[in-house]
Amino acid sequence: MNWGETIRTALEAIRSRRMRSSLTMLGILIGIAAVMLTVGLGQGAQAQVRSQINQLGSNLLIVSPGSTTTSSGVRGGRGSASTLTTRDATALASPVVAPDIAKVAPVVTGSQSLTAGTTNWTTTVVGTTPDWLPVRARSLAEGRFFNTAELNDAAPVTVLGSTTASQLFGGRDPLGQSVNINGTAMTVIGILNTAGSSTTTDDDDQALVPQTTYSSRVASSGNAAGISTLYIQASSTDSLSAAYQEATNALLSTHGVTAAAADFSISSQQSLLTTATATDKTLTVLLAGIAAISLLVGGIGVMNIMLVSVTERIREIGLRKALGATPRIVRRQFLVEASTLGLCGGVLGIALGMVGAQVLPHFLNQPVTIPPVAGIGALGVALIIGIVAGVYPASRAAPLAPIDALRSE
Amino acid sequence: MSALPLPGDPTSPILRLVNVSKVYSTGSVEVEALHGVSMEVARGEYVAIMGPSGSGKSTLMHIVGCLDVPTTGSYDLAGEDVSTMSEDALAVVRNRQIGFVFQQFNLLASLPAWRNVELPLCYSGVGRAERKERAVKALARVGLGDRVDHRPGELSGGQQQRVAVARALVTDPALILADEPTGNLDSHSTADVLRLFAELHDQGRTIVLITHEHDVAQSAQRIVRILDGQIDSALPSSLTSVR
Repeated sequence: MNWGETIRTALEAIRSRRMRSSLTMLGILIGIAAVMLTVGLGQGAQAQVRSQINQLGSNLLIVSPGSTTTSSGVRGGRGSASTLTTRDATALASPVVAPDIAKVAPVVTGSQSLTAGTTNWTTTVVGTTPDWLPVRARSLAEGRFFNTAELNDAAPVTVLGSTTASQLFGGRDPLGQSVNINGTAMTVIGILNTAGSSTTTDDDDQALVPQTTYSSRVASSGNAAGISTLYIQASSTDSLSAAYQEATNALLSTHGVTAAAADFSISSQQSLLTTATATDKTLTVLLAGIAAISLLVGGIGVMNIMLVSVTERIREIGLRKALGATPRIVRRQFLVEASTLGLCGGVLGIALGMVGAQVLPHFLNQPVTIPPVAGIGALGVALIIGIVAGVYPASRAAPLAPIDALRSE
Repeated sequence: MSALPLPGDPTSPILRLVNVSKVYSTGSVEVEALHGVSMEVARGEYVAIMGPSGSGKSTLMHIVGCLDVPTTGSYDLAGEDVSTMSEDALAVVRNRQIGFVFQQFNLLASLPAWRNVELPLCYSGVGRAERKERAVKALARVGLGDRVDHRPGELSGGQQQRVAVARALVTDPALILADEPTGNLDSHSTADVLRLFAELHDQGRTIVLITHEHDVAQSAQRIVRILDGQIDSALPSSLTSVR
């Protein structure tokens, strides 16, 4: 009896017990669909986090000042000290000190009330350098960013985020208009493209001015050289850790402190990404584990049904053996039957998973990305479950003596 | 007794049992179901093996049908010694040399008549088209040419047994072995099936029929009586021609 014949016989056996076969397949179907959807959800969430973080700027390192300690011993949080200066920015930008750092954008921020004509709007004013634009991976919707000449001259110019612009000017074109920031009239020279908002900050609601303009005209305190954050762009993703080391060493030496007493901290997009995806991964593994257990239960269901089937079909097995079936052929027949149940359940499970991947995002507001390899993997797993579930029942059927089998009622 | 005859020798017996005994051991108890049975069936013969229940005729049928092997003694079927064969080799012999007809018909309820009939051919590797052709021909031979696509449930008992006879014929076996073939049939169907056996015998088939009914045994050319695991020598065991 060849394989084609064996498969045909298995399909007939499955078809002749329709209800039972469908229920058995249902176990595998649900298991496969559950595994696919949990993996898909995990993948989708990871992709979402990755794209959100990449939005902040590629190859980005963020240097924050250390904390302050008051005379009474109260320690402020990270960034409460103002230990970073423009000198640090200059040092880091040097290709000799830090060859793996492409660009540095020092940033000093403060909340200010902006006035345009009769409208006012309170927002974050950011003093920075022209490198801010590439380092933060932003672009302009219209107009231009300020240049080095304007930075050197402390020119009264500003670039607005899209939210800020619409709050101040409504539908009017803000370009060339004047905005009053802390008593200084500044000309709007550009509008940023939208970046979308992350959970902590609205990147579309800010006003950018040259850092020199900020320290001389906007800042209320006298710390002209102080900056609140340094954004560093590494020359490539691969050189991110080298850039991290160089930045740490350069800052330690300019500040004249040891690593243990470092008055600053550096975080990277990579570390954010790692943390975020690690959390997602744990959750995905947990959920996929639960789904895998449901798949296992489905496999046990196949084995159970096959055992019942062997018992019920003792006469048929006996007859087939009397008519010339060898033990090997009988074993093969039951194995093929079990794996066909597994495989059919798997195919239907993948179909359900695909449908789920289309439907689920509408209810969960969460993308579901099923990698193609997961589909092939699921099919393989379903087939293997079927085979494994069939081994024991088949080994029970194969050695049945035809006379005993024929005699049983 | 002469040397083993050639398989194709038309004068050699189809089956020859020499001093066959069968001992079943269930735990410590040993039951000898057959003691030294010797018999021959010639090519083209129609033999009935008759005996009451418990006489050992079922055991004899299992050995003759290659469903079981003798404990001692030898058994040649169509010129081959099958008494020492492996399970796989016996499966091949059953498939090629023996056509079974059972008391319970043993048809697969989910398959139409012709699929039941072609079943032995599936195990001998015959191609699909040829299988169907031979199955339909065998069904026509037993008078069920118009019932080819009927399932066993749609056929009467007599018709089902005729499907089983067609299944036994389809491989063109050396021996047709019928185990109480009329045990589940009414008198009309019994006559029907026995008439079919008689026809097959007339066409040169070798038939061994096992029964406990005297009337059924009478339809055979020769009756072998078995009692307490032995051929009953008190009665003439050969040439009881009744036809």
